[in-house]
Amino acid sequence: MKMRNSGQAYGVVSQALHWGMAIVAICLFGLGLWMTSLTYYDVWYTRGPYLHEGFGILLAAGLVFRIFWRIGSVTPDTAYLSNTERLVSLVVHWSLYTLLAVAMVSGYLISTADGHPINVFDWFSVPSFFKAKGLEEQAGAIHFYASIIMIALAALHTLAALKHHFLDRDQTLTRMLPFQKTPQTTEQDTTT
Amino acid sequence: MKRKLLIALSVVAGLGLSNPVAAAEYLIDSAGSHASINFRIIHLGFSWLTGRFDTFSGAFNFEEGNPGNSTITVKIDTASVNSNHGKRDNHLRSADFLDVASFPTATFVSTSASTTGERTGIVKGNLTLHGVTREIAIDVEYIGGGNDPWGNFRQGFAGTTSFALADFGIDYDLGPASRIVEMSLHVEGIRQ
Repeated sequence: MKMRNSGQAYGVVSQALHWGMAIVAICLFGLGLWMTSLTYYDVWYTRGPYLHEGFGILLAAGLVFRIFWRIGSVTPDTAYLSNTERLVSLVVHWSLYTLLAVAMVSGYLISTADGHPINVFDWFSVPSFFKAKGLEEQAGAIHFYASIIMIALAALHTLAALKHHFLDRDQTLTRMLPFQKTPQTTEQDTTT
Repeated sequence: MKRKLLIALSVVAGLGLSNPVAAAEYLIDSAGSHASINFRIIHLGFSWLTGRFDTFSGAFNFEEGNPGNSTITVKIDTASVNSNHGKRDNHLRSADFLDVASFPTATFVSTSASTTGERTGIVKGNLTLHGVTREIAIDVEYIGGGNDPWGNFRQGFAGTTSFALADFGIDYDLGPASRIVEMSLHVEGIRQ
């Protein structure tokens, strides 16, 4: 188990960011759809948005760190992929980051465009940096559609990973899984 | 050439004279925001929640000495609802309440006016809200009128009315104390 990525596999940090953020993002998607359907007298009517906003801010911090971490890390070798596969995966990965960022910014604006801050678990609050009357209407629509497209792309990403694992039988999925045995030959391969 | 011009001028002048000059038309001063449309509704039975519609336009006819001839029409941009809380405003715009995507405007068109006192009266008319048209009565108070310091002539009124949201097909359950919304309208018109 290595902290950093190698030529053959993703390190602990990349794996933790990948799986941790995936779980949080999918839960936030479900919570967001569910909480906006609640009736006024449901205890989750206020609890849902409180958790959604708090975890959303933490996820945003995770995304910023993740992008820096990705730029500063080697990507495991993709020579076994076709040029098309490499291009498509690159487009899908960066589209996912972009959609996450769009969903985060628009979500932040839904709550803060009226000047209110976002309270993160009574731990700290993120102030309103950009106040604009009525902006929450457009921000809400963007948040909704960006999230749906993001989840659809994540589903495509998941199907692709399963296809590589079960049909192509290559290392695409296993190198993102923790507790894998690193092949011996890769110890000198970290510079690729 | 000169003759034609003279004929044209006299026709225009004739048209002007044929209009009744007594009942003047006033444009509601939305541009200068000397007008507001406000609402309030009980929150849980504990307090008044107040809000307003930021964008609307309208005009009225008013004749001093003969207020029974008065008419008024007002057109409200429902998406401009503003309760000083972006997330609540988004909820108010949604299908649970105003459904602004389907019903972007609400209108009030008066059908009759009568006086109840020296400065008070009742204006009845059809309110179209949420796609439902019903007759409502607005209690009106004449505040004052006269020349403004900038060369225009103005008249101003205050009006109040109340109705059940469910009467207009808005049946989201806010609780038993919150079925009636009260509206207050303050309009200042500039004589055209």
